[in-house]
Amino acid sequence: MKHILDLKVITVEQISVRYVLLKLTHPSPLPEIFPGQFVEVRVDSSPTIFLRRPISVNFLDRERNELWLLVAKVGSGTRSLASLKPGDTLNCILPLGKGFTMPRDFERMLLVGGGVGIAPLLLFGKLIKETGATPTFLLGARTAADIPELDNFKALGRVMITTEDGSLGEKGFVTMHSCLKTENYDRIATCGPKPMMMAVADFARKNSIVCEVSLENLMACGLGACLCCVEKTTQGNLCVCKEGPVFNINSLLW
Amino acid sequence: MANLTVKLHNLILKNPVMTASGTFGYGLEYEDFVPLHALGAIVVKGTTLQPREGNDYPRMAETPSGMLNCVGLQNKGVNHFVTHIYPELMKHDRRGDSSIDSHIIVNVSGNSPQTYAETAEKIDSLSGIPAIELNISCPNVKKGGMAFGVTPEGAASVVREVRRRFSKTLIVKLSPNVTDITSIAKACEAEGADALSLINTIMGMSIDIERRQPRLSIRTGGLSGPAIKPVALRMVYDVAHAVNLPVIGLGGISTPEDAIEFFMAGATAIQVGTANFIDPQVSLKIRDGISRWLDQHSCISLRDIIGCLE
Repeated sequence: MKHILDLKVITVEQISVRYVLLKLTHPSPLPEIFPGQFVEVRVDSSPTIFLRRPISVNFLDRERNELWLLVAKVGSGTRSLASLKPGDTLNCILPLGKGFTMPRDFERMLLVGGGVGIAPLLLFGKLIKETGATPTFLLGARTAADIPELDNFKALGRVMITTEDGSLGEKGFVTMHSCLKTENYDRIATCGPKPMMMAVADFARKNSIVCEVSLENLMACGLGACLCCVEKTTQGNLCVCKEGPVFNINSLLW
Repeated sequence: MANLTVKLHNLILKNPVMTASGTFGYGLEYEDFVPLHALGAIVVKGTTLQPREGNDYPRMAETPSGMLNCVGLQNKGVNHFVTHIYPELMKHDRRGDSSIDSHIIVNVSGNSPQTYAETAEKIDSLSGIPAIELNISCPNVKKGGMAFGVTPEGAASVVREVRRRFSKTLIVKLSPNVTDITSIAKACEAEGADALSLINTIMGMSIDIERRQPRLSIRTGGLSGPAIKPVALRMVYDVAHAVNLPVIGLGGISTPEDAIEFFMAGATAIQVGTANFIDPQVSLKIRDGISRWLDQHSCISLRDIIGCLE
């Protein structure tokens, strides 16, 4: 079931020039949220930020009843979100969309994130860890400062990194990391810029690895009503907000 | 509490709040937020004779106090509606009593008078659907849609053909992208339309100046949201005074006060569209706000304020 909740801002962490981490809470227990699902936030009522903004769920801290949103400051809406203060309320519709498929027992899984796309992988990693397995993350960014929450990822599992300038981890793109040559995986989940995900999907196809990607098409309603955020699939145009945002690459036309 | 009941020809709405086609899915998408029996009517998304994939992505651009869309009537066709969606709507949270349930109205589109009529005829046989809304005003399809809605002759040709084959309440949705909307309204009235709804979206455009490209895949699209409300209100006022049919007002309605402006301009009912995207429960809030306003102003019935301008 979907909810409309006024969440209260607890902390606003300025992680870097690009990223802000919002921690939100609510008087009653937050609903069940799966990795890859998102919330539609009402930024404010200014005429130029008219629609809600879809933001993927970064983490759910059950003990503290906290929902975390990792926000990259890319436009007027996200910059306005980044200027929230502790104590402010944020009206959210949640949870929305279909998330990632959990790996089956003994499946060797790789979680590949790029830029702000690493956000949902933290919650995913936590759920994998709760099954008794150790999640493996491959995170990519332009430069070291653009990889947020690194300590949180390291606390959950094994973390491999690529940066385009070589300032952290191996130099290059995620698909150039040495682990892809030396290790075998059964399943990949990826979220990040489309060119990165396309390259990951290409690698997965060539190596017969099951692969799911999380898309972020422009959307309005978030509920499957307006049909604005469609992606062409083997079953025709599907709404990223409702039938996605996570799709198996076999159903996509790229 | 004031009486909110209004009548569109033979169709009695328990309250004047409807949801606009294309903004509320089939109602089922919003069931966590709005009970299917709470509103006067739900107008489900545009339905055509054959399935349509719609236009390419991107289909949406945010604009000040509104948005542009060029969805292009994506739908699975009327046969899919009849066999899959309709049964679902009829069993879902409905009590089988028209005085309690929201009416389900199907928005119908086509590319010739014959395809409109054939689609309408299939819906005429569904006992749970008391009305259709003819979309002669979609700005986002190349052939048909708005082409019929921009001339009195075109509008008349569609309404005439549908009227021959559809026996229930026939609403015609008008385009604002015309020189004189009252001439189209009169043509629809002359051919037997039972009610008119207006306005559909206003043609617009948005450009990404860094990429030097339009933001929409087909370059232009339909503008909706509060940005178009004053235009809609003026057209509702003009049409309500030009014809003897009930008029359903829509275009940027987001608050109870917006709705009351439309009633005063002459609308018998209103539709809530793009505002559903911002607040999925806004239709309920508008319904309750209208009721409160009427009580505060000692009105016994909503009908007291329809077309009440001094």
